[in-house]
Amino acid sequence: MSTGTIPQTDKKEGFSLRQLIPNDVGQLPVVAALIVISVYFQFDSKGLFLTPRNLNNLVLQFVTIAIIGLGATLVLLIGEIDLSLSAVSAFCGAVTVTTSVNDHFPAWEAIIAGLLVGAVVGLINGSLVALLRVPSFIVTLAALIGYTGFLLHILLPVTDIHLFDPFINGLTSNYLPNSLGFGLPIVGVGIYAAFLIYGQIARRNRGLATIPTWQLGLQIGLVVLLTAGALYVFENYLGVPYVAVILVGLTTLVWIVTRFTTFGRHVYAVGGNAEAARRVGINVTLVRISIFTLASTLAAVAGILEASRTASAFAQVDSTLLLNAIAAAVIGGISLFGGRGSVWGVLLGALVIEGLLNGLVLQGRNADVQEMVEAVVLILAVIVDAVLRRRPGS
Amino acid sequence: MVANASGQPDLRGEPRLRLQGINKSFGAVQALRNVDFEVYPGEVVGLVGDNGAGKSTLIKTISGAYTVDSGSIYMDGHKITITSPQDATRQGIETVYQDLALCDNLDVVNNMYLGRETTVGPIPVMNEIEMEHRTIEILKTLNVKIPSVRVPVAQLSGGQRQSIAVAKTVLREARVVLLDEPTAALGVAQTRQVLNLIKRLREQGLAVVVISHNLADVFEVVDRVIVLRLGKRVATFDVKSATSANVVAAITGAEFEAGENAGMEVNA
Ligand SMILES: Nc1ncnc2c1ncn2[C@@H]1O[C@H](COP(=O)(O)OP(=O)(O)O)[C@@H](O)[C@H]1O
Ligand SMILES: [Mg+2]
Repeated sequence: MSTGTIPQTDKKEGFSLRQLIPNDVGQLPVVAALIVISVYFQFDSKGLFLTPRNLNNLVLQFVTIAIIGLGATLVLLIGEIDLSLSAVSAFCGAVTVTTSVNDHFPAWEAIIAGLLVGAVVGLINGSLVALLRVPSFIVTLAALIGYTGFLLHILLPVTDIHLFDPFINGLTSNYLPNSLGFGLPIVGVGIYAAFLIYGQIARRNRGLATIPTWQLGLQIGLVVLLTAGALYVFENYLGVPYVAVILVGLTTLVWIVTRFTTFGRHVYAVGGNAEAARRVGINVTLVRISIFTLASTLAAVAGILEASRTASAFAQVDSTLLLNAIAAAVIGGISLFGGRGSVWGVLLGALVIEGLLNGLVLQGRNADVQEMVEAVVLILAVIVDAVLRRRPGS
Repeated sequence: MVANASGQPDLRGEPRLRLQGINKSFGAVQALRNVDFEVYPGEVVGLVGDNGAGKSTLIKTISGAYTVDSGSIYMDGHKITITSPQDATRQGIETVYQDLALCDNLDVVNNMYLGRETTVGPIPVMNEIEMEHRTIEILKTLNVKIPSVRVPVAQLSGGQRQSIAVAKTVLREARVVLLDEPTAALGVAQTRQVLNLIKRLREQGLAVVVISHNLADVFEVVDRVIVLRLGKRVATFDVKSATSANVVAAITGAEFEAGENAGMEVNA
């Protein structure tokens, strides 16, 4: 009956600093996997894997998976799934191509047409899920089939169309001038470091717990190192490709929205406990519709870049693309059960998948082995997710 | 209807929240029959009754989950209408539900502020530093102990989680706090944590209503006990002069004589 017996884990100031380290760095298993993959294929291919040329190719292929993976991530964060992203991606790419080639619209208008169609597709999917509460699995499975057909339809009577627009094609074949190639990453990393340091000072001034300075230094150092490494690879080939800027820019944008805005917090809340979110007055329906719309728009971006890379629109949807994108998200630490994970993980997950595929190709292996290896990796990632979820609070 | 036998309520002035003649039916089931209810600032009222007595229904009419069929609601003497949870929130009425309604994946700060995040000026970017500072302040005032305000609430114990759910109402500037079975799922030490927290809400001058099945808890923390039976308010006790046996008798409807039951007033 005495009040002194309450077990307390209270520390001196009342609150410790675990969890201050953003989850964005909590990706060690994936990073380890990446290193193992790199080292193995580097040896196995007798030094062909980690050449600037091969890594550049890898990046170009990786962009599609990574951007669709970003969309898949958003949907997974609210605890839903979108199986139509690859079909929507190809469909929107074809919309841009036909708008440019058949209807002779200028590049920007063709691109905006593709993006708008993507947004509308997502709006429809999202509305069916959010308003009618049809399971997203079913809605987007129907959409996958529907837009695969629609894609065939808009290309009729042919099965592929060549794209000649120099601007759109240039998106994936052009490189930044050196000034920007070095300038953008330096400015970006500078802003990131400034915000971290500012946050640290502001927390200290407000009397809040702060991470040790060495840890802050380590965090900034890691980002500098990663950026420098990427720059080294790019600059030893043809420079920084536009698509790298688009990819990092989009990822940063999605990261800022999900991590720092009230909307982003509501996204995590809906994925964690939709009923709790509803009770505190969050418009859960609006969050769901917005997320499906954003995801499909991202898929459209990927589709347009894919059309640019291949300078074509094809009537076929790549059947492994969707699972690769979802696998990238899950390998990158996004929970299939909603509300957990950071968007940067998707890039790591996509690198793991593309690295594996690329390495297997260098070994002369075909789709049979590639797909089986990939299946094993995906299952492993899902098991890790399920195990982590059972452990409270991970 | 209510016989102010002791005359006490009048001395305390206006109730923070007063309900008068509330009726609520679900089809043929009359869940609330002409119920009066009042809770004063700085008072904890225990709402007790058998299963199906209408306790949850009463709480839900106050919190805006249900609308009443007839009857009036007054806040500080002013008549108000509550037809939605938003109406209740606007009046400063906050409810802690039986099933906590926290987001396990979010940390303490984010759960406390969920749905009313502090932003940096007009842009919708959260001011995490202010949110964290204020969270720590409130938890200190309420003497809630947790390892860190930045752990996901899934990592906290049941008592800590319930404490966060209650502390959240203070952050939301509640004037009336409704708690439906706040200790139902908790162990002994954790129950104590939550009961202490309820006492601190009273010290803050809030009007608190607690539904509980556990009479020991009720006697530990409340000032008055209001008993519902079959949708009617049948008795009111002052805990200083009542015993568990009196309350149990009122809950079950056992025969009693007003004279023998100290501290009780019978609401016919
Ligand atoms: N949503 C509802 N629909 C129909 N009947 C209900 C509903 N909510 C409560 N009731 C009925 O109203 C009565 C009071 O229920 P309730 O307020 O939940 O009691 P308590 O919380 O005291 O156990 C019961 O007979 C119950 O069956
Ligand atoms: Mg009940």
